[in-house]
Amino acid sequence: MNERILRAYDERPRNLIYELTIAAIVMALMIWSATAVETSGTTQNGAVIALNILSGIFHPDTDLLFNFTTQGVPYLLLETICIAFLGTVVGAVISIPLAFISASNLTPAPVAFAGRTIIMAIRTVPAFVYGLMFIRVTGPGAFAGLLTMSLCSVGMVSKMYIEAIEDLDVRVLESLDAAGCSTWQKIRYGILPQLMPNFASTAIYRFDINLRDATVLGLVGAGGIGAPLIFAMNAYRWNEAGSILAGLIVLVLIVEWISTRIRVKLARG
Amino acid sequence: MSLYDRLFPPKVYKLENGKQIEKKRSRAPIYALVIIFLTVLSVYITGFDLSVLVSRIDQFFVILGEMFPPRWDYMPQIWQPLFDTIKMSLLGSFIGSVAVVPFAMLASTNIIHNRVVVAAVRLLLSIVRTLPTLVSALIATYVFGLGTLAGTTAIAIFTFAYIGKILYEEIETVDMGAFEAMEAMGATKTRAFITSIVPQVLPSYLSNCLFCFEGNVRYASILGYVGAGGLGLILNEKIGWREYSSVGMILIALFVTVFLIETISRAARKRLV
Repeated sequence: MNERILRAYDERPRNLIYELTIAAIVMALMIWSATAVETSGTTQNGAVIALNILSGIFHPDTDLLFNFTTQGVPYLLLETICIAFLGTVVGAVISIPLAFISASNLTPAPVAFAGRTIIMAIRTVPAFVYGLMFIRVTGPGAFAGLLTMSLCSVGMVSKMYIEAIEDLDVRVLESLDAAGCSTWQKIRYGILPQLMPNFASTAIYRFDINLRDATVLGLVGAGGIGAPLIFAMNAYRWNEAGSILAGLIVLVLIVEWISTRIRVKLARG
Repeated sequence: MSLYDRLFPPKVYKLENGKQIEKKRSRAPIYALVIIFLTVLSVYITGFDLSVLVSRIDQFFVILGEMFPPRWDYMPQIWQPLFDTIKMSLLGSFIGSVAVVPFAMLASTNIIHNRVVVAAVRLLLSIVRTLPTLVSALIATYVFGLGTLAGTTAIAIFTFAYIGKILYEEIETVDMGAFEAMEAMGATKTRAFITSIVPQVLPSYLSNCLFCFEGNVRYASILGYVGAGGLGLILNEKIGWREYSSVGMILIALFVTVFLIETISRAARKRLV
């Protein structure tokens, strides 16, 4: 018995050279990237600063946290939710035609490739560049943030939509065809039931991300909770930053919990 | 029977054999109402105005138009920050994804049976995940000073939280047979984990790490905005000086880099899974 086990152990698959090569490549990449690690050095002891920051964050400014005017955390959070929500809706709506154009099982290859390249280009441009462009259109404020959010959402959402469309089960359409359904009936009973749960799930997931990324908009003054947060941090007002962060973290956790439940329900049908 | 079914009674069909079948009314109107309500509220609060958008949308293309043609002779100054960005995300992704492995193990209910530990580790991972990357980058610049080290830290923290969640979900769905057999033979938890669970989750773990790295390259270009090194630094500078043709060049360089990295990583991920 033992001998057989030992023999089997000796004959286990081994590809030492392959593994060593991969390990060497990874090591080389790490050493190469470690060369870029540089710092200008801090004027004070870094640990002391970190402790100050942490103590500020754990002693949030309660006046700001429970202040129900337009300057308080609750209103800023509401504004952020609204920006993220409408941004997601607009982005998801724009993504639908874009995804149908770029799905390789529906359109000819050159068109699909062009569509994909456009989507990737949209995804590559950092959010604050869009923010600056939209501020020229609408002036600073929540409106610019909303447009930025929607354009940023298009990149990821349409990529996921394309995958959903490419996974469509065409046999359903064939049998509807055989039963004599019209084009609209085929869309209503063959395509929509397959795509809707997927599309809704993607949109809800993106809403999560948008809520989390809303701080980026604050950099360019495009509304929401980002700007007060960045200002507070740049001015070393850690109590204020702590109260904003506390609100944001609680909100994101709640929204994430709800959205996970909805998405599980959607996935199970 | 829920309230909705009582308000709108289900439609009853009578089959040929005399059986009655109920078809519940569609829930779609409720969802539609909720979405419409939220949309109206959002339009009111954000001041969404279609007429402004239509009449001034040409302003959006002003900056875009100034980016073209891009300044090709600016390219030599881009290489350095571009490689910094790649190195930052490479090292950050590596550190974050390696550091999270023990935490993911502690957060899986099928390996650790102590509920308090699991809940505590999961709470930690959730809080780290909700912390915006920009905020962690900003804090890192205060602690480590301006430079790529701050960016690397921020990326490592983000990767830590992202991979952690995916990894413990992955660990919870593995086949536990081998693990239990090893434990029954007297192996320690760590030993059994390494020999029986790691081979099962390794391919998807590596694939997720590569995917996260792809995203990080794109994200690292924002971090420079708060002084954490990389492309964002010169991007911010050129936008400040309104040299939009240089901005266009930076964006093109970033696009090509992201495209190359995505192609390589997608090929690698196809071989993994």
